[in-house]
Amino acid sequence: MEFLRPATWDEALAAKAEHPSALPISGGTDVMVELNFDRHRPSALLDLNRISELTAWESGRFEGQEGEVIRLGAAVPYARITRELSTELPGLSLAGNTVGSPQIRNRGSVGGNLGGASPAGDAHPALLAAGRDVLVEAESVRGTRLIPIDEFYVGVKRNSLEPDELIRAVRIPVADGPQQFSKIGTRNAMVIAVCAFGIALHPKNGTVGTGIGSAAPTPRRAVEAEEFIAGELADRGLWQSGGLIGPAAIQRFGELVAAAASPIDDVRGTAAYRRHALAVMARRTLTWTWNEYTQSLRSAA
Amino acid sequence: MSTIRTEKNLQGITTAHPDGIGGSPLRPDGILKVKGEFAYSSDMWHENMLWGMALRSPHAHAKIVSVDITEAVRHPGVEAVMTYEDIPGSKFYGLEIKDQPALAMGKIRYHGEAIAIVAADHPETARRALAKIKVEYEILPTITTEEQCLDPETYGYVHEPAEYKGHASGNVVHSQKVVYGQGVTDEVRALADVVIKGDYVVGMQDQAFLGPESGLAVPAEDGGVDLYIATQWLHVDREQIAPVLGLPENKVRLTLAGVGGAFGGREDLSMQIHACLLAQRTGKPVKIVYSREESFFGHVHRHPAKLSYEHGATRDGKLVYCDARIVLDGGAYASASPAVVGNAASLGMGPYEVPNVNMLAVALYSNNPSCGAMRGFGAVQACFAYEAQMDKLAAELNMDPVELRQINAVEQGSIMPTGQEIDAPAPVADLLRRVKALPLPPALDTTHLDVRDIPGALSNTSHGEGIVRGVGYAVGIKNVGFSEGFDDYSTARVRLEVIGGEPVAMVHTAMAEVGQGGVTVHGQIARTELGVEQVTIHPANTEVGSAGSTSASRQTYMTGGAVKLACEAVRNELVALGRKRYGWDYNDLSLVGGKVVSASAGALVPIADLLGDSAIDLTREHHHRPTVPFDKETGQGFGHVQYTFCAHRAVVDVDVELGLVKVVELAAAQDVGKALNPLSVVGQIQGGSTQGLGLAVMEEIVVKDGKVRNPSFTDYLIPTILDTPPMPVEVLELADEHAPYGLRGVGEAPTLSSTPAVVAAIRQATGLALNRVPVRPEHLTGTGE
Ligand SMILES: Cc1cc2nc3c(=O)[nH]c(=O)nc-3n(C[C@H](O)[C@H](O)[C@H](O)COP(=O)(O)OP(=O)(O)OC[C@H]3O[C@@H](n4cnc5c(N)ncnc54)[C@H](O)[C@@H]3O)c2cc1C
Repeated sequence: MEFLRPATWDEALAAKAEHPSALPISGGTDVMVELNFDRHRPSALLDLNRISELTAWESGRFEGQEGEVIRLGAAVPYARITRELSTELPGLSLAGNTVGSPQIRNRGSVGGNLGGASPAGDAHPALLAAGRDVLVEAESVRGTRLIPIDEFYVGVKRNSLEPDELIRAVRIPVADGPQQFSKIGTRNAMVIAVCAFGIALHPKNGTVGTGIGSAAPTPRRAVEAEEFIAGELADRGLWQSGGLIGPAAIQRFGELVAAAASPIDDVRGTAAYRRHALAVMARRTLTWTWNEYTQSLRSAA
Repeated sequence: MSTIRTEKNLQGITTAHPDGIGGSPLRPDGILKVKGEFAYSSDMWHENMLWGMALRSPHAHAKIVSVDITEAVRHPGVEAVMTYEDIPGSKFYGLEIKDQPALAMGKIRYHGEAIAIVAADHPETARRALAKIKVEYEILPTITTEEQCLDPETYGYVHEPAEYKGHASGNVVHSQKVVYGQGVTDEVRALADVVIKGDYVVGMQDQAFLGPESGLAVPAEDGGVDLYIATQWLHVDREQIAPVLGLPENKVRLTLAGVGGAFGGREDLSMQIHACLLAQRTGKPVKIVYSREESFFGHVHRHPAKLSYEHGATRDGKLVYCDARIVLDGGAYASASPAVVGNAASLGMGPYEVPNVNMLAVALYSNNPSCGAMRGFGAVQACFAYEAQMDKLAAELNMDPVELRQINAVEQGSIMPTGQEIDAPAPVADLLRRVKALPLPPALDTTHLDVRDIPGALSNTSHGEGIVRGVGYAVGIKNVGFSEGFDDYSTARVRLEVIGGEPVAMVHTAMAEVGQGGVTVHGQIARTELGVEQVTIHPANTEVGSAGSTSASRQTYMTGGAVKLACEAVRNELVALGRKRYGWDYNDLSLVGGKVVSASAGALVPIADLLGDSAIDLTREHHHRPTVPFDKETGQGFGHVQYTFCAHRAVVDVDVELGLVKVVELAAAQDVGKALNPLSVVGQIQGGSTQGLGLAVMEEIVVKDGKVRNPSFTDYLIPTILDTPPMPVEVLELADEHAPYGLRGVGEAPTLSSTPAVVAAIRQATGLALNRVPVRPEHLTGTGE
């Protein structure tokens, strides 16, 4: 097995162009497990750890995206996201905080989560919920491609990167409203999600974002649930009034989230449990975010 | 400071050295392990060493039509490829019944059974060579359910009748009845006012030790083999290895290597024979280290069980009878199944006086993974069932569940269903009283929530919603030492000599230190008995006699007892030397602070002066009092050496909507006879409690049609620190006069009652019946299979 260690981003892109089958390795928390289990014997490893841009983030305004955006380097570890970006990216910070153990959070990255594109990856529901204009910056010697997060996940553990592309960063709009993330595991730490749910309120454009993890072949949104609750909030003027959503609408939201999933029975849980738990998490996280939103309205008034 | 007991010369406890017995000196391996510096068996290295690896079956039941090793042999870097045909000696081994082929012979009986072994210059070479071995299988239908196992005419035999080596017939490995009082007849049933029935299921738990199976076999010039190995019993390993190698036992020498946990999972052989065969064949040292995944296939697990219980009681809560049937799935090979059955049958009534008993326990052969020893050994499964029954009965009678247990609790002088009298303290009612009297943890404070304190923790599933608290109690009974007529004696050699002007004791045993703290205790015993400061522990090996197994909560009792005997013998010889040299006629002598001391005349002479250049080097065996096998039909007999008891109170918070559980506190009270090392004792109780908690809420090897579905720590979950609650422990010390220092084995009892206590608490919180462990979120939310 070849071990490629580019010193710069350009060298990395050149190496990837030359060895399209080389497997990028960032935090290594997925790659090394696969190697250890002998599930994967790549012809070459492409080590991205010397490229310092990948572990940096910046905030600014970017073309094609509204408002302030965080450009999160692919290799910024979860521990730093939670520490440094919990105000700007609250959903992703909460999600990152549920990943593995402190050791894994010190190494594991959103770029790695996206690279693996596992339906159980915890960053995905948070990214999906954060808005349709979350963009994955895919780069190759041919140039930069901005992939909308909705188009990124294409199959079980498959993403829409081309063989010569690497993930440089993810561009995520700074939260304009409360965000939450919940995940089910059968123990109280260090679990792969049985199922997970992310939610983000977007008062600026009156939408609600959602993301479902571990309950379908790919991470996905609960589109009908999003539309339903956005409709309720708009029709009843709740964004302005900050009034109660009410149990019926919350219940319905939960049902629509559960209905959006296509879970399976496996060693981690049954399909029926996953649907049930998604509904509960959807109801709870909607309530938490809405309470936070109404409180912010009141304290602003 | 040392105090001297004068009333019994040279008997019993002579000093109170701070690092002697009753003290809590730190274990020598503790800091090394925490810092990652401890040398485990997997860390060994030898010049010219080869790597051994096994090819394992992907099927659970199959005929092996052919094995073609040609390509593997040709692979560069490969030095040997072996199948059963290359085994020089006996082809079978086994702990109690020699029914397991060292390498599969024409048939596969479980998923992961080893077929061929390879030795190569690098693990990767070995892996590639394994991939080149061509095995043709004829897949057979699996025999995995109780119904299938018990109907071999229809579903077939795991071991054909002609090859059957078990103690029964068909697909039954071993069975044991216990009939006590009048048994359970219609007349007996008529005496009960209330009857409680229940069917219970215990899933397959794994020992989940952290150090994978590993060892290094080094061929010796005399044609023998030196094996450095992480195991639980060096001598019984040797007994099984030597015949397969075609060697006499004295040519197979074992030395204990660093053990990373055991819990019963190292009682059976794993890679030992394979490494030795390859070393013998190649003439080079061979190391084998299992990966985590292979480890799940490389050792036996706790027997999954189905248990049916029927209890009858009077309206005031006195038990009248119990009719019980326990079916244990032993898997493909016998392992320790017979002894597990014996325990389940003889301890299956729990620590209760039951006047009329009818019990049947059986272990089955199946195409599931082999099951054998694990902490609690047959008593764990039964405890889950009888304690659930006690709670049901209490509910039916509208009685406090602790009071119901206390009314029926055994005590010293009680007769067990085997007819054996409990002839040592049995403070069951008191242990229950003590855990109940402990202050309860404060209620969940929902105004200052830290999500780490509630079910789901950092997964952020609740901010207080859906959470209900429950409290549950349980108590259990476990035996100590090997039972049913087995003489599992221990040997210890103690040498006293002067080194650098100081008297130094050396303790040499074959005891496997698997993390239980045995070597620390040996040092404490030697300090106390010989009044020396310095004690060295000789590496455990087969140069000294057997120490028996590090299991059955027996090592402090048995090998600790042997060390005590050897120290006493050394002390007697030293004193005899003094009497001869100085003409002493004191009868109040002891060894304290490096001196021979007379209680009446004070310090007489430094040990170093008395010994001079000579050394006293003596070996003693310690046998426990004899037991007898249980009668096959009635289960009667003085079968157990000692009983041990632990009680638990569990407090849980359950997110009843999501089915997530957080154990808030797990309190225990246990009688340990005498705490030789109080810190270790509490550690054992907390560790055992945690392992029981794991079985209650998460630990299960999922097997479907004989295939293991979760052979990794990604999906075989064990408790993390966030799952492990504060565990207050009350330690009682009521001496057992039959045991050295009055001590009682500690390690297993806490593993029994913690499981049912946690489940009882979850039942209280949810109102659900919960007849199966582990309890999964599905079971709590009605979304299960
Ligand atoms: C003990 C343990 C617990 C875990 N728990 C969780 C958990 O709770 N939740 C969870 O979501 N995950 C969990 N994981 C998985 C893993 O930590 C995450 O998926 C993490 O996000 C991977 O990041 P990494 O930087 O380590 O990726 P790596 O292992 O380095 O790479 C992962 C994949 O992404 C590709 N890749 C990496 N960087 C790039 C790039 N810049 N461009 C293109 N492709 C790239 C790699 O080729 C590989 O396919 C756990 C892993 C372990 C070992």
